[in-house]
Amino acid sequence: MEHYTMNLTLKVWRQKNKKDKGGFETYTVNGISSEMSFLEMIDVLNERLVHEGKDPIAFDHDCREGICGMCSMYINGRPHGPWEGTTTCQLHMRAFKDGDTIVVEPWRANAFPVVKDLVVDRSAFDRIIQAGGYISVNTGNAVDANATLIPKDDADAAFAAAACIGCGACVAACKNSSALLFLSAKVSHLALVPQGNPERKSRALDMIAQMDKEGFGSCTATGACEAVCPKEISITNIARLNAEYGRAGLTIDK
Amino acid sequence: MGLTGIFLILFLIVHVCLNACIWAMDGGETFNIAANFMGAMYVPRVLEIGLFAGFILHIVQAYMLENQNRRKRSISYQVPMGNKGSKWYSRYMGWLGTFVLLFLVVHIKNFWTPSRFGMPDGYTQTYNGVEVHDLYRLMKETFENVWIVVIYLVGCLALAYHLMHGFQSAFRSLGVYNKRYLALIKGVGVGFAIIVPLAFAMMPISFLLKWLN
Repeated sequence: MEHYTMNLTLKVWRQKNKKDKGGFETYTVNGISSEMSFLEMIDVLNERLVHEGKDPIAFDHDCREGICGMCSMYINGRPHGPWEGTTTCQLHMRAFKDGDTIVVEPWRANAFPVVKDLVVDRSAFDRIIQAGGYISVNTGNAVDANATLIPKDDADAAFAAAACIGCGACVAACKNSSALLFLSAKVSHLALVPQGNPERKSRALDMIAQMDKEGFGSCTATGACEAVCPKEISITNIARLNAEYGRAGLTIDK
Repeated sequence: MGLTGIFLILFLIVHVCLNACIWAMDGGETFNIAANFMGAMYVPRVLEIGLFAGFILHIVQAYMLENQNRRKRSISYQVPMGNKGSKWYSRYMGWLGTFVLLFLVVHIKNFWTPSRFGMPDGYTQTYNGVEVHDLYRLMKETFENVWIVVIYLVGCLALAYHLMHGFQSAFRSLGVYNKRYLALIKGVGVGFAIIVPLAFAMMPISFLLKWLN
């Protein structure tokens, strides 16, 4: 692909802190390389803002290779921008043309309050995991890798669900701000393998109870979450979670 | 929502099959007898109570859910996602359902109320010595009004899109995740959402255009 440079207009959400009302600021950035990542483009703008003595745009990022789940920008009406199966950090500027206007917003959900600018507090996800997204095992020597046999198909499906990086794009995209794609991925990846079996009932019930407490909405199966998920987690996981939840609700002994 | 939805889908099957008797081309005899069976026998009348309960549950729960869900995002996006990733009718189930509800009010007033609480004089037919309500004539005269037909067609269209999403979504809610079944349910759902509302829509059209003798 041919390299080119572009001049862009950015409309970025700026908000000083949780209590600030916030609003959009418009910036022009010039000479952006098509081979930069989206975050590098923001870095360029931030460097300029620092030189000008202004407050740089706060945004979340860590690994910048699409696996940590920190980056969280809602770009031009889509979480993580226009590319499918891509996190913001892996989105490259060749997705845009010279002269484009790009609107950048934080994830919008009451369960994800804005901390500053484009940074939102996603600790609700941590509390959902703490409610049951784990297995309890005895520590000690590592068990032999093949001690528990798992059918290849199950292992693959579990792995596909485990690919969820917990970025929250599903919540950002959902018209109900539902966290069910995230939650279903976490429940599925443990429900599909024998290690997750002992706690599967309490896991489904407790995690959903915690999700409701955190103020996420409910699922109406529009499929927007699946469409924007950078890890392409399947919405079928939600149906599996519903089955897990139903079975647990009917049979749990407490 | 899923459970009551599937219950109402079952009702639609009964309703559309029974109404299809108008196309028997016998001046409404088959239809009137079938309708009389539903109205005069005890079992359908008892089931009817369940049907109303099903409707009320579905509607009340839907509005409660919609209301809760709308409060989960106080600040909306400057650039909405629109159709990127989801079908418009899956996002507007509340509105589609509301249209169906408004249609239902008209529909119940047109047919259910008169047949239960007093048909106008003269609207009876006698077949084999049994006097039954002439609902066929009521239908025929109701659908002479073009505006009523338009309301019915809008109701059918709203129902079609409501089912297009609702049919498969109901099964997902109940936890069907097997890929083969999901593909089957999706196919059957789209077929159902097209065929059943289309059959209903053809009824007022048949009367309006005088296709029936």
